Amino acid sequence: MTLKEIAFRNLLRRKGKAGFVLAGLIIGVSTVVAIISFVEAMTDDINHKLEKYGANILIVPKTEALTLSYGGLSLGGISFDMRELQEKELFRVNSIRNSKNIAAVGPLVLGVLNINSRKILLAGIDFSVSNILKPWWQMEGSIPDENGIVLGSEAARILNLEPGNKVSLNGRNLNISGVLRPTGSQDDQLAFTRLKTAQSILRKEGRVSMAEVAALCKDCPIEEMVKQISDALPEAKVMAIQQVVKGRMESLAQFKKFSIGILMVVLLVGGLVVLVTMSSSVRERTEEIGILRAIGFRKRHVIKIVFLEAGILSSIAGITGYFLGWGVTHVVFRFFSESGSVHTPFNPELAGMALLLAIFIGIAASAYPATMAARLDPNDALRAL
Amino acid sequence: MSYIEAENLVKTYGKGEAEVSAIRGISFGIESGEFVSMMGESGAGKSTLLSIMGAMNAPTTGSYKVDDINIYNLNTEQQADFRREFLGFVFQSFHLVSYLTVVENVMLPLTTIKMSKKEKRSMAEKALSWVGLTGKENRLPSQISGGEKERVAVARAIVNEPPVLLADEPTGNLDTKTSTEIMDLLQGLNEKGMTIIMVTHSSDCAKYARRMMQVSDGCLVQ
Repeated sequence: MTLKEIAFRNLLRRKGKAGFVLAGLIIGVSTVVAIISFVEAMTDDINHKLEKYGANILIVPKTEALTLSYGGLSLGGISFDMRELQEKELFRVNSIRNSKNIAAVGPLVLGVLNINSRKILLAGIDFSVSNILKPWWQMEGSIPDENGIVLGSEAARILNLEPGNKVSLNGRNLNISGVLRPTGSQDDQLAFTRLKTAQSILRKEGRVSMAEVAALCKDCPIEEMVKQISDALPEAKVMAIQQVVKGRMESLAQFKKFSIGILMVVLLVGGLVVLVTMSSSVRERTEEIGILRAIGFRKRHVIKIVFLEAGILSSIAGITGYFLGWGVTHVVFRFFSESGSVHTPFNPELAGMALLLAIFIGIAASAYPATMAARLDPNDALRAL
Repeated sequence: MSYIEAENLVKTYGKGEAEVSAIRGISFGIESGEFVSMMGESGAGKSTLLSIMGAMNAPTTGSYKVDDINIYNLNTEQQADFRREFLGFVFQSFHLVSYLTVVENVMLPLTTIKMSKKEKRSMAEKALSWVGLTGKENRLPSQISGGEKERVAVARAIVNEPPVLLADEPTGNLDTKTSTEIMDLLQGLNEKGMTIIMVTHSSDCAKYARRMMQVSDGCLVQ
């Protein structure tokens, strides 16, 4: 006979009460797991959707001079007369501490040229990352090769050009490989070619006017990423596109606050269920506890029995509660997620946390009943003696 | 000096006008290996005296020593250890744990002792064999008779071979034949050297003891 066996046998004997404690804890833990899984899945989903917003950090040369509007965003200090960034320096961005959170770095060189006697802004970009930096782009035609060029929709309309036509830029003939569909941004006014081609035409080999960065960092603030890139590129000015960042942060923060409020209430109710039920169980067992104390059980042995009972129930509740909460989240997203893109994978950390949380609540809420049991006077408890 | 030594024990309950004296200055000595019966009318104070002797009810004044240990100078945890090592209890209403089997009930006093489960079981089976309950180890208390429950209670009281056995009306709920069987068991234990102090209303049971103490109105009268 061990204390563990006594605890286990008592639970089997009082199935109703054990079931009630179990139900209270399972509901509490599964709700916590469901809400946390929901928040995590939503966070991942929001981050995933934010990828579609493209670049959220801009790297421009430091300047005291002009500003230029690009893509509807106010960028600091781009001037055609200012010094540009060295393309090779941009590699340093990949060496920052949070480099794994960088989805893409897109160098961009800008210059003004004439096409058919009209001035146009030529942008040389890295088309291999354009799907990340400008995921909203839709193109009629194809991505240009080193002798190709893509026109914005307005540029193509004004210049009366279409895919297959040829244009001459600074004496270099380029094929129009595609035309962008209207984006509603300044991209509609521009001509795009490969970075090397543009650098060659503009005679800016090895230099870039700016760089766009798509960074995702759900565990660290975007300002931290900006600081790390600034440290890596002291000659550049690094800026976050605040409206995207703030929007994301605010929605997540509100969601988390709401979740924490619900979790606190659920855990409090779960703890109270355990407290009331265990107290009632101890009162019912006054005689039994009296017997144990009379035959030489110390107070700590009685406390240990109550804690063991709470621990056994809490462990079962922690495991069951995790899988129930996980299952509920899975089902909810499966039926209600519009895109079906939200995933709720098995999370061992959350499972471990659920188990520890259940044990903590079970033990904490049993502390008072356990003390109450230990304080029972064996003489009062037995009376008959 | 006696093995058990009680010196001017007083026990009062309540305060002021509500104060009730259960024990009024009782002193006695019991030698090791004695069989003492304690008789008296209901409310005389014999159960209070037995609970004081059981290290479960501190006297208001006076001292109580077993083997020269002043029991009420010990803290509550040490008193629990004392009960486990020195005392066996047999209660009138058996006080078996209903959800444990017969052998598990007998093993209870061994629960907190460092010993293998096999050894504990072996000791419990030996005690059950001594009280004649071999073959009923795995029954629940609800599946055995009153006499058998009392035998289980005796087995539980002696399983760890304590030097002193305290019995409170051990035959109070039993018929004459079963009472005789239980008293024979207690006498057998006494013959093996165990000190037995038994509270009883029955003069037939009291005859088994070598000495009788008469308690009346909180005082020892004989």
